[in-house]
Amino acid sequence: MPLLTIKSLCIEFPGRGKTERAANNVSFELHAGEILGLVGESGAGKSTIGNGIVQLLSAPGRVTSGDIYLNDDLISNFNAKQILKVRGSRIGFIFQDPMTSLNPLFTIENQMVETIINCLDMNQQQASQYAIELLAQVGIPDPEIRIKQFPHQFSGGMRQRVVIAIALAGKPELIIADEPTTALDVSVQDQILTLIKGLCREHNVGCLLVTHDMGVIANVADRVAVMYRGNLVEIGDTAQILGSPNHDYTKSLISAVPRSNIKTDRFPLVEYIETTEKGLDSIDVTTHWLGQGVRHTHSDDLLVIKDLNLRFITRDAMFERNRRYLQATSNVNLTVKQGETYGLVGESGSGKSTIARMVAGLQKPDSGSIQFDGLELVGNPDKVAIRNARKQIQMVFQNPYSSLNGRMKIENIIAEPILFHKIAPQGDVSQIVGDLLDHVGLGRQSGKKYPHEFSGGQRQRISIARALASRPRLLICDEPTSALDVSVQAQILNLLKDLQDELGLTMLFISHDLPVIRQMCDRVSIMRHGMILETAESEQFFEHPENAYSAELLSLMPRFDNIYESSRITKAPN
Amino acid sequence: MSQQQISNASSRWQRIKQSDLFYYFSRDKVAIVSSVVFLILATLAILSPLIAPFDPYDLRQLDLMDSELPPVWIEDSDSRFLFGTDDQGRDLWSTILYGMRVSLLIGIFAVLFQGTIGITIGLVSGYMGGKVDSILMRIADVQLSFSTLMVAIIVLAIVKSAFDGETYSSWAMVILILVIGLSEWPQIARTVRSSVLAEKEKEYVDAAHVMGFGSVRIMFKHILPNCLSPIFVISTVQIANAIITEAALSFLGLGMPVTEPSLGSLISIGKEYLFSGSWWITLIPGLFLIVIVITINLMGDFLRDVYNPKLYKD
Repeated sequence: MPLLTIKSLCIEFPGRGKTERAANNVSFELHAGEILGLVGESGAGKSTIGNGIVQLLSAPGRVTSGDIYLNDDLISNFNAKQILKVRGSRIGFIFQDPMTSLNPLFTIENQMVETIINCLDMNQQQASQYAIELLAQVGIPDPEIRIKQFPHQFSGGMRQRVVIAIALAGKPELIIADEPTTALDVSVQDQILTLIKGLCREHNVGCLLVTHDMGVIANVADRVAVMYRGNLVEIGDTAQILGSPNHDYTKSLISAVPRSNIKTDRFPLVEYIETTEKGLDSIDVTTHWLGQGVRHTHSDDLLVIKDLNLRFITRDAMFERNRRYLQATSNVNLTVKQGETYGLVGESGSGKSTIARMVAGLQKPDSGSIQFDGLELVGNPDKVAIRNARKQIQMVFQNPYSSLNGRMKIENIIAEPILFHKIAPQGDVSQIVGDLLDHVGLGRQSGKKYPHEFSGGQRQRISIARALASRPRLLICDEPTSALDVSVQAQILNLLKDLQDELGLTMLFISHDLPVIRQMCDRVSIMRHGMILETAESEQFFEHPENAYSAELLSLMPRFDNIYESSRITKAPN
Repeated sequence: MSQQQISNASSRWQRIKQSDLFYYFSRDKVAIVSSVVFLILATLAILSPLIAPFDPYDLRQLDLMDSELPPVWIEDSDSRFLFGTDDQGRDLWSTILYGMRVSLLIGIFAVLFQGTIGITIGLVSGYMGGKVDSILMRIADVQLSFSTLMVAIIVLAIVKSAFDGETYSSWAMVILILVIGLSEWPQIARTVRSSVLAEKEKEYVDAAHVMGFGSVRIMFKHILPNCLSPIFVISTVQIANAIITEAALSFLGLGMPVTEPSLGSLISIGKEYLFSGSWWITLIPGLFLIVIVITINLMGDFLRDVYNPKLYKD
């Protein structure tokens, strides 16, 4: 007898013009004590199903057909009053962002006791006692003291523990965890997942774990359901789905996950979701305008950074001694060779983006030197030379939704740098723009459209085309794929690799994602607190890290490949 | 070539029809009614020389014997005068039509003027930041700490006493536009500045820097087009404000001269006769003023709702 049974559930969002089907005939079962991972990319409808179960769909979404049973009760037929009794006491919810899912104006005790009294028959004192027990269970030290504190006194991971405690407060039969670790650091993610797993076993609670992260699934889920555009394409044991998927979508999804244990040349099979335009005229870059930029070099080292320092004022004051600073980069030295991909890796706040911004000229360093092809960029009075050099340094940004001017047509966005720097005769520009759009896989007719008509991955292609328009030699990629779904990420990384091969680009590649770095980079520097701790050849770095911090980061890397590899070999029977 | 122009025009019309603005508009009864009413009034005002039965500016058409006649639906009225006449025997309907034209002209041009100043200052202030921003915004604060009416009254009083009546009458409209525009620019400047502050953090601005574009190009070609929605909204509301300010000034005798009355000066003329029974001279122009201002404000509310990202999404 399953805990949760969903039978041909359909959820629709009636919208302007057409009705969006967020869930289409979805059926699955979930047993007590089991963790079912619901995986899919953004827009697949996985969160919608979680919300649909407890009737928390945001208007105008509605369940159009299908039955949801919780044990024996048909909860999809419950009215608003009945479902209130189900939420909290029978189904607990864990949300994505622990920073916003707790009310900052109340203490932890207020929030927990409120839930407990609401769901269980207890008085204030008992509830308070029970709340402390729960906090202890989820691993919060000194729960008697911590319970009197406010949410802002807890770190992100601790808050997520409190949210889990609240979800458990009503002694639910089922927990729906919607991306519970997406907003957390890698090290904390691991602890939270272990906690959820342990609690489900201990209390014999079923858990529906909604996530986009295959690594999370591999770590905790017993079974996996794969969603694609509102359809449930495949469901089965974790090892079987990840090891030998049947459906084409699952195959392409798994092949798109960057592997952390081995460097592959390209990501295979990633054309399932967003196919690029077929039959585009490919251009021969060696004879094309695009390949005829400045190529002469003074030395083998394209970019040389020496003793680069920058600090930000965190507290301003009239007198020097009262000011407080944050050292964003301190004495950074690095050398990028012609034609290589140089990776900068580190956790958020380690100063890797700051270096990129200084190289791109968006930020002025306090001291140090940046030499591009032998030309000093810091404090050089020769403005013309600087401008010529800057033209050859282009950047691809993190967020494809804000990095394109929404009021300009694509063709104008790409043509603007060519026209501004006068690097091609006026008459040729529209031809060049069309060729560029073809080359990044969008097709020249897309030049007539505006950015909002494109998806995230397509916008990133436009962003790349724009960066290529001024014929750069150094392309800075600042987390170019961290806002994208994993299969789109694979396509963009493939595109970047192809372009690098064809145009001989040098790349400075910045990411917090170690597997991505491994796939892309020839050499790697690891950064922490504004300092470079270690620089090594990529293979060397991943196999034999010298620095203790690098080793620690590498050990926390999501271990998606373990299960992938082992199931490949043994075809895991379970 | 003309073929292409036609297809361009039709595709533009297609885009308008498919736009969110049109979609929400076609679903909002209040917006439709208010814009239809406004369009009718505006058309009447623009075409007033063709529509109006009399020319209120032509003194030869006036006859004092016709003064203070009531509207046609009241006894003792004259069928020539739809809404009756004022104290000088002017046809009230014609005078209202001409007066609306004056009011709308002042409203629109005052907003264009304050928009030019406000957008430029807001853009520079938000984009440059630092000292420039502090200085410009403190100037705006000082300006805002005087009420618009106070500034306008002082300036108009000085101007009126400096020039003779004849000169003032002929320049009254221009002076009103300048005064209202000058005293209201901080409203627009602050709105623009706040959206520039939000926009300039976005990566497309960084991208433009990396391309090597200059500040002026980035400000006007990249940031400004992305700040247009709030400017659009506030301008609509500011037109209504400017019309009211003009009416208030005219009511106080500082605005349009009696020979070229705006709605405000008509109301002002009528107030002396309000208790002698001739209520229509004040109330009917007052009604038109209220309708114009309400319709503009309702359209402004509609625009604000559409452009509010929270409401916009569902």
